[in-house]
Amino acid sequence: MTALELAQQLKARFNDLIADPVEFRGEATVKIRDAERIAEVCACAKNDLGFDYLVDLSSVDNYGDDPRFTVVYELYGYGHRCHLRLKTDVSEEKYELPTVTAVWRAANWHEREIYDMMGLRFRGHPDLRRILMWEGYPYFPLRKDFPLSGKPSELPEAACTRPAPLQGGPFVTVDGGKDSTVREPRARLPEN
Amino acid sequence: MATVQDIEFKDPAARASAANEELRDMQGEKMVLNMGPSHPATHGVLRIVLELDGEIITKAEPDIGYLHRGDEKIAENMTYTQFIPYTDRLDYLAPLANNVAYALAVEKLHGIQQDLPPRCQYIRVMCCELARISSHLLGLGAFAMDVGALTVFLHTFTEREKIYNLIEALTGARFTTTYTRIGGVSRDLPPGWTDQCRKFLHEVVVNFDESEKLLTRNRIFVDRTRDIGVISKADAIDYGLSGPNLRGSGIDYDLRKAHPYLVYDQLKFDIPTGSVGDCYDRYLVRMEEMRQSVRILHQCLDQLPDGPVSISNGKTVLPPKEKVLTKMEELIHQFILVTQGENAPPGEIYFGAENPKGELGFYINSRGGGTPHRLKIRAPSFVNLGILSHMLPGCMMSDTVSILGSLDFVMGECDR
Repeated sequence: MTALELAQQLKARFNDLIADPVEFRGEATVKIRDAERIAEVCACAKNDLGFDYLVDLSSVDNYGDDPRFTVVYELYGYGHRCHLRLKTDVSEEKYELPTVTAVWRAANWHEREIYDMMGLRFRGHPDLRRILMWEGYPYFPLRKDFPLSGKPSELPEAACTRPAPLQGGPFVTVDGGKDSTVREPRARLPEN
Repeated sequence: MATVQDIEFKDPAARASAANEELRDMQGEKMVLNMGPSHPATHGVLRIVLELDGEIITKAEPDIGYLHRGDEKIAENMTYTQFIPYTDRLDYLAPLANNVAYALAVEKLHGIQQDLPPRCQYIRVMCCELARISSHLLGLGAFAMDVGALTVFLHTFTEREKIYNLIEALTGARFTTTYTRIGGVSRDLPPGWTDQCRKFLHEVVVNFDESEKLLTRNRIFVDRTRDIGVISKADAIDYGLSGPNLRGSGIDYDLRKAHPYLVYDQLKFDIPTGSVGDCYDRYLVRMEEMRQSVRILHQCLDQLPDGPVSISNGKTVLPPKEKVLTKMEELIHQFILVTQGENAPPGEIYFGAENPKGELGFYINSRGGGTPHRLKIRAPSFVNLGILSHMLPGCMMSDTVSILGSLDFVMGECDR
């Protein structure tokens, strides 16, 4: 059985909820029109179609488009060895969708990562906290409106807030400080 | 003459239930222990907050992200080729394998995977397998060292040094290889490299035997790994494990066999699997995988075809320098490739390769142009570590070290 046939089977079960499968480079992609029902579709894909392995879960920020976010599920079945991609859109106003942790426990950390990086909330997730950034970090760095150079933010209660041992020392360059010829006691200017 | 002594083991289920029986009445006050982020057994910067009842772990909370560099964000802001050096820094114990996996993913997006010249494919396979041996040698050495067998670590490091010499001769760097290009590899094998590689393969097998003699029937090692950290088949799939950790649990799944890429379908090798899914099985699987890698490398060296090492249409890989300096068309290709990158078709692909640590996958969402709109890295170590909070509770505190060693993760890849 091919991935496209499995995608057609999934469509046959949910009819209008699912758009026609698209094939690109030998991979079948299926779009789910209503993000609210993603958990239901995933459970069906796992239990009835044999997609027992959640390979990856990622998110895309379509900045400037509406709906703004896309969540992408990469599924795989050990039985039939087919790969299927499910996609669903989430709007910026809502930024919430049901969790699939009940279907595959692997989704736990993936969903936490998406929450951390994109700011999408997964309803019903057992432990939705930041995973890569620290607790209390105010931004969502993978959003397209977050600059590559980053934004300054406070590190609450982080261990490194004390001055470093060499801070302010003669050989350390500080922003806006004197340049090394002035700062460095051993530096000799040519005329000396 | 040495005598062979058989070691008897109780059935794992019986052992576990006996231990539970013993500990049922021993409910004490809970203690929280912070392990890491810089702990010798956490191999990098993993932090685990353990809740202990005596020596038994009742709750484990892994805390990751100490090595987060925002690779996915960086990838969105540069051309596909420019991101290759960043892949070195994912699984920094097997940079060559990452280079190959990433190049293959981008080539899949471009639809040029089939156009790769055979010599390039063979060289890439050899890179992957050398990286696998190197990564497993370190993984095993560190694993053995964590459970108290320091000698193995010294043994395996001697061999890794030889691999690094080979890699240095091949790529010019020992760690940060950046060897592949989209549509090929950066340079051909240097003269005499295949002979050096053959010599190394003969030496490394001896080293495997020595390491195995030190570990496989070593009473202390076996006691500390057998029936420890058992992952059932169902759990392994549910948590999305991949690589040796998945195969250790008895699932016969290897991307090199299941969905062959490069020339893996023309090479003969076996996929070792475990039967119990404990730390010992994962050790055995890695040991055997290295032997299979040696087998693959021998075949590659024997079959290595001549020919170009890159696609030579000029629009994918940089054209030869002498032509760039003398011909107009090549100059234009060079300029476009360097400044804008090759125009990718709009679309999305996922490509996973069997890396030493597991399935390293790249999901690329392209809207055309030379940069990805979104590049998601499916890091095997990230997914493999997700099972920790499930498997650690119920284990002894000292088992944590064996379990972490047997999972063989790299934080550079986990945190990206």
